[in-house]
Amino acid sequence: MGLTDASADKIILWVVLPYVTFAVLVVGSIWRYRYDKFGWTTRSSELYEKRLLRWGSPLFHFGLLFVVLGHFLGLVIPNTWTEAVGVSEGFYHFIATSMGSIAALVAVAGLLILVYRRRSTGPVFLATTRMDKTMYVFLAASLLSGAWATVQTQILAGGHGYDYRETISPWFRSLWYLQPQPALMEGVPAAFQVHIVAAMLLFALWPFTRLVHAFSAPVQYPFRPYVVYRSREASVTSRAPRPGWDPTTTPPR
Amino acid sequence: MKVMAQMSMVMNLDKCIGCHTCSVTCKQAWTNRTGTEYVWFNNVETRPGLGYPRTYEDQETWQGGWVRTKRGKLKLRAGGRAKKLASIFANPKLPSIHDYYEPWTYEYDMLLSAPQGEHTPVAKPKSLLTGKDMSIQWSANWDDDLGGSTATMQDDPILKHMSEHVAEELEQTFMFYLPRICEHCLNPSCVASCPSGAMYKRVEDGIVLVDQDQCRGWRMCVTGCPYKKVYFNHKTGKAEKCTLCYPRLEVGLPTVCSETCVGRLRYLGLVLYDADKVGAAAAIEDEHDLLAAQREVFLDPHDPEVMAAARREGIPDDWIEAAQRSPIWKLISEYEVALPLHPEYRTLPMVWYIPPLSPVVDVVASSGNDGEDGRTLFAAISQLRIPLEYLAGLFTAGDTGPVERVLRRLAAMRSGMREVNLGREFPEENAEAVGMTGDQVQEMYRLLAIAKYEERYVIPTAHTEVARELEEMACSLDFEGGPGMGGAGPFGSSSGQPTPVAVENFHALSARQTADSPYGPSTPGRVNLLNWDGNGRPTGLFPPGEDGAGEEGRS
Repeated sequence: MGLTDASADKIILWVVLPYVTFAVLVVGSIWRYRYDKFGWTTRSSELYEKRLLRWGSPLFHFGLLFVVLGHFLGLVIPNTWTEAVGVSEGFYHFIATSMGSIAALVAVAGLLILVYRRRSTGPVFLATTRMDKTMYVFLAASLLSGAWATVQTQILAGGHGYDYRETISPWFRSLWYLQPQPALMEGVPAAFQVHIVAAMLLFALWPFTRLVHAFSAPVQYPFRPYVVYRSREASVTSRAPRPGWDPTTTPPR
Repeated sequence: MKVMAQMSMVMNLDKCIGCHTCSVTCKQAWTNRTGTEYVWFNNVETRPGLGYPRTYEDQETWQGGWVRTKRGKLKLRAGGRAKKLASIFANPKLPSIHDYYEPWTYEYDMLLSAPQGEHTPVAKPKSLLTGKDMSIQWSANWDDDLGGSTATMQDDPILKHMSEHVAEELEQTFMFYLPRICEHCLNPSCVASCPSGAMYKRVEDGIVLVDQDQCRGWRMCVTGCPYKKVYFNHKTGKAEKCTLCYPRLEVGLPTVCSETCVGRLRYLGLVLYDADKVGAAAAIEDEHDLLAAQREVFLDPHDPEVMAAARREGIPDDWIEAAQRSPIWKLISEYEVALPLHPEYRTLPMVWYIPPLSPVVDVVASSGNDGEDGRTLFAAISQLRIPLEYLAGLFTAGDTGPVERVLRRLAAMRSGMREVNLGREFPEENAEAVGMTGDQVQEMYRLLAIAKYEERYVIPTAHTEVARELEEMACSLDFEGGPGMGGAGPFGSSSGQPTPVAVENFHALSARQTADSPYGPSTPGRVNLLNWDGNGRPTGLFPPGEDGAGEEGRS
């Protein structure tokens, strides 16, 4: 099951696209951080509108956090490991499907509230950039296709549902071993294929949207002293001084 | 003892005439930009009144500042670190734009471009958030001079803490102005609330600033500040606040608000304080002890031990000398006439106020008595409980004792100086009655009434100033976003690299020379002569000739 037995379109979809996405995500984020530290923000619109945001935003974000956690468990942890600690396939499927469905429902509900808010509140809609709109399309596509894949292949299919831990998860891990196995993606239900491609496009778009704020989640806040002191020397300038303006110093003797 | 220096301000409220010059010049200097239309780093409130944003002092609602827990520790009122992170997706205690006001402009262009008709054209208000027509409901000083306050005044958080009876007869009693800037607190709750660590207190002069490159727009600082002096720029998505005009202070100039103050009521100077004592002082049990506790934190700059300790901390000699000449130290600790605004928030604020005697004088004078007679004034101060309680609600967590002491000192000065003006000796017994000497009172009079610029603003310069001034000179207009570029960056308003000031000026100037109105495109083919720089022949200067030659704009 190497690269050689896969057709060209499979290689493009399941080998080239993931690596290109990864490269764009990493290089793009570094570039954005260096070029546009000032624009690296949540761009919160809470000042304009609070009533809908108060429900929509926590629903969406907390839902998404659980969705991310679920993806980590499903994609990164091999089924042999869960079986080794005594979690049967049936039990895993039950937990994953039930918790995943709830998380997806919460996130989608939040997203719907947020999109409605963005469209219906005058100042919020005016503050929406073209980049935001593009991002919303891909975000909604990933989220909805993922939710649909769960409903179609896990809930409606009956039994243990489609076992993505035999195909998608090993494929995902094979990318990280640098020994991609596109053949594993043969025969994966279309809903999952759409979901994966939409997600990859979203990740490629990520560094160029307001989604970058996810990378600066304030995880260090609980561990720092309350009041921050900084010296003027380090903080005063808005940009690096030009060459040739170094201060006069006494040469060391 | 860890000595630190703090640049701070005292405002003498008796001299404030409520002209708003400080607010206007501050706005012109700092917040006349998109996204900051509603932002007033400096504002002037009429008291009694709601303040800006409305009822910001009601911490039951807004949850700003610190509270002392039962175990004697300080906790952010809006919740600790875990609660902050849990509510990060929608801050429940953030004021909405309507608690400030919806910013607007007027359709000025209509006044010039409306076709001739029966009715006088009007400039309708247009919202700066939606661009639509709006009805103006509130602004930064809507209840100025108690205007309309019969409808709103009962919501004043200070009055709410006083008795009903007081509120009813109050409007006949007194009014005064309260100019406010950021307090640059010793124990800033905004800094403590910032999840990103983008807000900080400068080690050298204690100014509290927001690192614009590190702010991620989590909005917790707005909630954290009990004075609501951190604002959220709704276009850039970053927090902004009063900078105490640090670029001016660093070269020895006073802040814009101080420089332009018509009443000359602001004083700027250094205070040396013991950073090791800050935590304990802010956490003292009884709210009424907070004033004394904060005074205890300050260090006497003339004390040789303090001077030696300051030198050990690397505070330069000219800064120590400036701290000795500081008008702030004199007003707070020598004459003890300045009081902090809302010490009960436990942030140890560093903009202090001399409470106004004028409400008392006004009442005495309007009742036909001598408003400058010492005995009458002393009696009035102890009888006029209403202004006294109100001032105590602002400056001493409700303890009328310190306010009364300050007002008696001011009254002693007022009546004593009248004697001097009439060619008599300063009445020593007046001064003794308020625990001062006659000389001290006259020195205080000098500082409050006739002190010159250099005595009101004692500002030591920062120590790398020259290189920084030159920085802008090194920048030419060949900057990447220089002439020819304009508008928002690819990721929204003001994204991308910061534009050097010179480039910004270039664009502003060329926009001003070519624009016809501040509101938007005017009637095509017209030139506003006020904006014409006198060069060339802009299109539309002359009406089109028969061959259309006038439209070409030859120059």
